[in-house]
Amino acid sequence: MSKQSCFSVLTAGLIKENPVLRLVLGTCPVLAITTSAINGIGMGIAATLVLIGSNLVISLLRKLIPDKVRIPAYITIIAGFVSIIQMLVKAYLPTIDAALGIYLPLIVVNCIILARAEMFASKNNVFLSVLDAIGMGIGFTAALVLMGSVRELIGAGTLFSLPVTSNVIDPMLVMILPPGGFFVFGVLVALSNKLSEKSGKKPAKTPDCAECGSCDGCINCKESESEVTVNE
Amino acid sequence: MNEYISILLAGLLTENMVLAKFLGICSFLGVSKKINTAFSMSVAVTLVMVIASAVTYPVYSCLLVPYSLEYLQTVVFILIIAALVQLIEIVLRKFLPSVYKAFGIYLPLITTNCAILGITILNFTNQRIDCFAKAIVNALGAGLGFMLAMLLFSGVRKKLESCNIPKALQGLPITLIAASIVSLSFMGFSGIV
Repeated sequence: MSKQSCFSVLTAGLIKENPVLRLVLGTCPVLAITTSAINGIGMGIAATLVLIGSNLVISLLRKLIPDKVRIPAYITIIAGFVSIIQMLVKAYLPTIDAALGIYLPLIVVNCIILARAEMFASKNNVFLSVLDAIGMGIGFTAALVLMGSVRELIGAGTLFSLPVTSNVIDPMLVMILPPGGFFVFGVLVALSNKLSEKSGKKPAKTPDCAECGSCDGCINCKESESEVTVNE
Repeated sequence: MNEYISILLAGLLTENMVLAKFLGICSFLGVSKKINTAFSMSVAVTLVMVIASAVTYPVYSCLLVPYSLEYLQTVVFILIIAALVQLIEIVLRKFLPSVYKAFGIYLPLITTNCAILGITILNFTNQRIDCFAKAIVNALGAGLGFMLAMLLFSGVRKKLESCNIPKALQGLPITLIAASIVSLSFMGFSGIV
């Protein structure tokens, strides 16, 4: 296995296959908690830690888990790691816990984690799976922070809780309310489509296959499109 | 009685599952293209929400709390939901084959729908919900709210299909911006409950 392939696994999640802007996975927390950049970092790190843990364990167990019950098995493993993170955050970072609220336990059903388990960890060795988890986690965090910063800057006039424009112009409160979340995400996906169009790539796919219906289904329809198997 | 009505209305309008709490976005964007698939999906979601709340509420308050196992909430709830969905599927296939045909394909997929796990957890974080009946009403309100958002939005998307949209905005971006406007209209309800 060459160094090149390790590096490409690590960086795939950053731009080329950014889980949020390119693969459009895990939209619920992206929209819900990005009211400020700090929340974005908190959510991003929590999800990254769960992703690393679940990818590690699933990749270790990939030959032991029978194919038929793999989804329930994955969900149980992921739920275990989410509980650990939840308890840690509650104990040491109570402000982050209050800000993330219900979306912290909901990492269990975050499509990114299950999708990486299904698409990558169940097919690759432990080392590559952890690299993939780190790359995807950083990509997820980066997208969350980007979106959180945009919403915080326009909606509250601050950035990382430091005043930027709030003394000069009145902030546009709607941006940190639910409609702003949908709007900023729409604009960001449009921008990423525009940029990737220039470099000749396909636009981000809407999760709209009729047979899909939910996050779980997204894995199946994404599977054919962006199958990542690195030959050892 | 007033309390029950206000919980129902909150789930339907002011604390709408999709447009205010951002739960179940995947299915909201995924199956809202046609009005009949949107309807079947939301009926299935509402059904599972109510049944899941009816099971998880007693399990949490009679089993996990007395033995101080609250930290197992996430694991226990997701397993209960997964098992319930399987069970509902089997029962429907056996006794109501026509209903099973209508929304059978959506059932297995909603195990990982965040709206279901979300509502079972919200039953315990919401201060207003202090008994079993209120939890059920809350789940019903959230399910109906999900249905309302899905049906309204599938109408909006039908109109969008015939529009001439700039290339970079086609598909997902314009859908999200449309969702933003629908969500803006729902903010008009704030304060009524």
